[in-house]
Amino acid sequence: MRRAWGQAWLFILPAFVFLLAFTHIPVVQTLIDSFWSTAKGRRPARFVGLENYAHMMADPIFAKAMINSAIYGAITIPASVGLSLVMALFVHRRFRGVGLMRVAFFTPTVLPLIAVANIWLFFYAPGFGLIAQLRDLVGLAPVNLVGQPATALYAVAAVTVWKEAGFFMIFYLAALQTIPEPLREAAAIEGCRPWTFFRRVTWPLIMPTTLFVSVNAVIGAFRLVDHVYVMTRGGPDNASQLLLYYIYEVGFRFWDTAYASALTMVLVAILTVVGIGQFFAADRKVHYK
Amino acid sequence: MTLRQHFLATAALFALATPAFAIDLEFYFPVAVGGKAAETVQALTDNYMKAHPDVKISAIYTGSYVDTTAKAITAARGGNPPELIIAGAADMFAFIDEELVVAFDDLVSEADKAAWLGGFFPAFMANSQADGKTWGIPFQRSTPVLYWNKDAFKAAGLDPEKGPANWAEMVEMGKKLTVKDAGGAVKQYGVQIPSSGFPSWLWSGIVAGAGGKMANAAGNETYFNSPEAIAALEAIVALSKTDGVMAPGILEWGSTPKAFFEGQAAMIWTTTGNLTNVRTNAPFPFGVGFLPGLKQNGAPTGGGNFYLMKGNNEAELKAAVDFVKWATSPEQAANWTIATGYVAPRADVWETPVMKDYVAGFPQAAVARDQLQYAIAELTVFEGPKVTQIINSALEAAITGQKSPKEALDAAQADADAILKAYR
Amino acid sequence: MTRTDTFLARVAGWMLALLWVLPLLYAIWAAFHAPEFEAKFDLTAPLTLHNFSRAWEQAPFARYFLNTILLVTMILSVQLVLCTLAAFAFARLEFPGKNAAFALVLVQLMVTPDILLVENYKTIRALGLVDTIVAIGLPYFASGFAIFLLRQTFMTIPRELDEAARVEGCTLLGLLWRVYVPLGKPAMLAFGLVSVSHHWNNFLWPLIITNSVETRPLTVGLSLFSTTDSGTDWALIMAATLMTSAPLLLGFLLFQRQFVQSFMRAGIK
Repeated sequence: MRRAWGQAWLFILPAFVFLLAFTHIPVVQTLIDSFWSTAKGRRPARFVGLENYAHMMADPIFAKAMINSAIYGAITIPASVGLSLVMALFVHRRFRGVGLMRVAFFTPTVLPLIAVANIWLFFYAPGFGLIAQLRDLVGLAPVNLVGQPATALYAVAAVTVWKEAGFFMIFYLAALQTIPEPLREAAAIEGCRPWTFFRRVTWPLIMPTTLFVSVNAVIGAFRLVDHVYVMTRGGPDNASQLLLYYIYEVGFRFWDTAYASALTMVLVAILTVVGIGQFFAADRKVHYK
Repeated sequence: MTLRQHFLATAALFALATPAFAIDLEFYFPVAVGGKAAETVQALTDNYMKAHPDVKISAIYTGSYVDTTAKAITAARGGNPPELIIAGAADMFAFIDEELVVAFDDLVSEADKAAWLGGFFPAFMANSQADGKTWGIPFQRSTPVLYWNKDAFKAAGLDPEKGPANWAEMVEMGKKLTVKDAGGAVKQYGVQIPSSGFPSWLWSGIVAGAGGKMANAAGNETYFNSPEAIAALEAIVALSKTDGVMAPGILEWGSTPKAFFEGQAAMIWTTTGNLTNVRTNAPFPFGVGFLPGLKQNGAPTGGGNFYLMKGNNEAELKAAVDFVKWATSPEQAANWTIATGYVAPRADVWETPVMKDYVAGFPQAAVARDQLQYAIAELTVFEGPKVTQIINSALEAAITGQKSPKEALDAAQADADAILKAYR
Repeated sequence: MTRTDTFLARVAGWMLALLWVLPLLYAIWAAFHAPEFEAKFDLTAPLTLHNFSRAWEQAPFARYFLNTILLVTMILSVQLVLCTLAAFAFARLEFPGKNAAFALVLVQLMVTPDILLVENYKTIRALGLVDTIVAIGLPYFASGFAIFLLRQTFMTIPRELDEAARVEGCTLLGLLWRVYVPLGKPAMLAFGLVSVSHHWNNFLWPLIITNSVETRPLTVGLSLFSTTDSGTDWALIMAATLMTSAPLLLGFLLFQRQFVQSFMRAGIK
């Protein structure tokens, strides 16, 4: 048994060397930094205890970012997971043109998000943008979707759903391929309705993938902010401010490393509770063969 | 020569002989305008190295201004700062505060102090000097101007050769230029002042035109809720709210030229960095004029300066200064201006024959230079990025009707005070 | 399923696909037309390759392609080896601290290395690897995403297969290689697509850690076109984007059949 332990650790050791060096040690350093003030040339860092966290509690932008992130997650997580499964169901069997349909769903993963954000900016542009042109055709007045607080967050979230659904589709597609065709044929002969087959056979069989996809969707809802930089920069007036984007701003625009560290720790804490919690809670229930 | 050809040529050179360089410099530069900026910087360093075989300069493209600062600070904190960078002029106090940069003064001779440092336009030096020292050397500097569509002016019965002289005139013309279809939907707005990302830049031009200022020279006091500042913001808000000459909401900076080309806006405010873009792509004749002011002419300056980074030895920094001096010399700076559209930062550059030819063929290019006498520094204070973000959010709140201009600016001033009091 | 159902599903599928491919269609439109047609969808507008030649000339793209291919190949190979080993241990072996160790793996999923820029720069500099292609890849070699995905896949493999192999005297490594790797191929392929796409498009870390043409990836060249101060040149950006993404798109188009067939063959029963 000892030997088995040793072997197990040998299997995970190489990966852990890199994880420690490039993730865990820097994260611990970030945690330490979050209890210190930001060093400026003339003023070295000093220990401030929980001051950065206290500052956060009083920071209205942080509060706004948290609320926005929650809304953003509530939209993008179910929408992208649901759509990705629908897409995978559309393309997992062969028919004329299936390759093209797959490529269509896969494009969000291939195109760089920064370039894509520029395309969406064009779609959203009031006046000459695609949506404005379409609205004009049916006689509707143009709306400034990214330029007004009421819609900016949703305009950004739509891009996220587009990106994430196409991305998760790949994993569902892979999972659906593993469902044996004879099973489906047998079910069809017995007059089993497709919906019943999906609910009784397909859904339980792809549960491990659903767990994987949904954990990643939660993380993605916090991580995917590249397009915010191009589309709204968190504006107008923080209407589309998201937690990770705010961390970038504080860390790499304001260079307030200490505060950025504290914000990062909050992000990690949230993801740990939600993501890892979700994983361990669900992992027991998932039926792995 | 394209960068690619350049790379091949350099590779070939290295294959033949690897000369020993006495001094090896790293130079980070951002690119923020279209066209040939990156190639021109590369050519600049190449030409310098040809004339100075003992110096090797690696010109390293580093993305946007923000990316460049991120890379420079990361490298400095990692113990590996480059000798020279081009970064936002508005970041001067942030760099001083971080002790990332060294002043040019101690590295130039007394003669150069007068002849070289004294030769830059004062408007550009306003946020290049502090505490009696020179921290930045103006290089890729810009200023916003007003562009107008001459065809649209003609169609509206206005004199196509004359842009608005002041704000009231702009609003009046704007009303004539605003075209609606039968259903009442606006087909063409009179004016577009973009407000996405960094609305404070153009707003500071209106503040200057109202006779106000952004901040004090020491960089520790802002004037966000001064009467001039409030009047400036009220004027922008009124454009779409009561005057009806501008589209409502936040207007995208990047798509503003396109809105101009597409006839969605008859006048636009944007940087001189767009001169080449407009010249190439506008399907109609266009005019360029000073920003119309509420009381007087006024505009902000913007763009990037050369900075010397700490953590390098004196010989390296002196070599870097020598390169900067060369790059801002009339002949080189003229090439740079013509290639990119940036405003040549010294009067002597405009006196060169190439520059005179250029202006003769393209008189709009001189508008920016002539406007400089009315220009103020863009917001340049300690904790600059943070304070700028505060004011940008406040402006966005007012423009989108979340808050009244006064309310938004009072709050912004209070927030800025809370940050800046540590520096007084 | 009745014929009408199938037909309706097919129509819905194509509509969704059209919506999803719209940005790509726009990119193609803008890239092959002169800038004045960026917002005018006139089918008689003349086609041009000028945007591509304009884009190609602005940076040493040939070299950037080579660097990027080297980069993604290196990252994917190392990831597959490291993560397959770790995922196998998490899926099939029992050892103390397993859950804690797996939680630590998941942490990597949550902390994007971009946030740890300054720390990682220091590490790379201490290793003397600043401005190398290896340095771009190092923080990504151990992928929490891959370990998680492969663990999920390996968990679904019937244990009877293990026992059969063990009876035949297979070592753990042999078992992994003969049973788990072949059966995990679909997941590995899926991960491969994702990893290659991700690193093909990664920008900030490569920009920070590299300086020279010889080490920099395509995204650094691509960023030249996002000109923040002047107006957005959609035609140019789209041409550059298509040019740099074309290998990925073509790769997927050619690969997707292979990808699905290999699942069929692997057919986990």
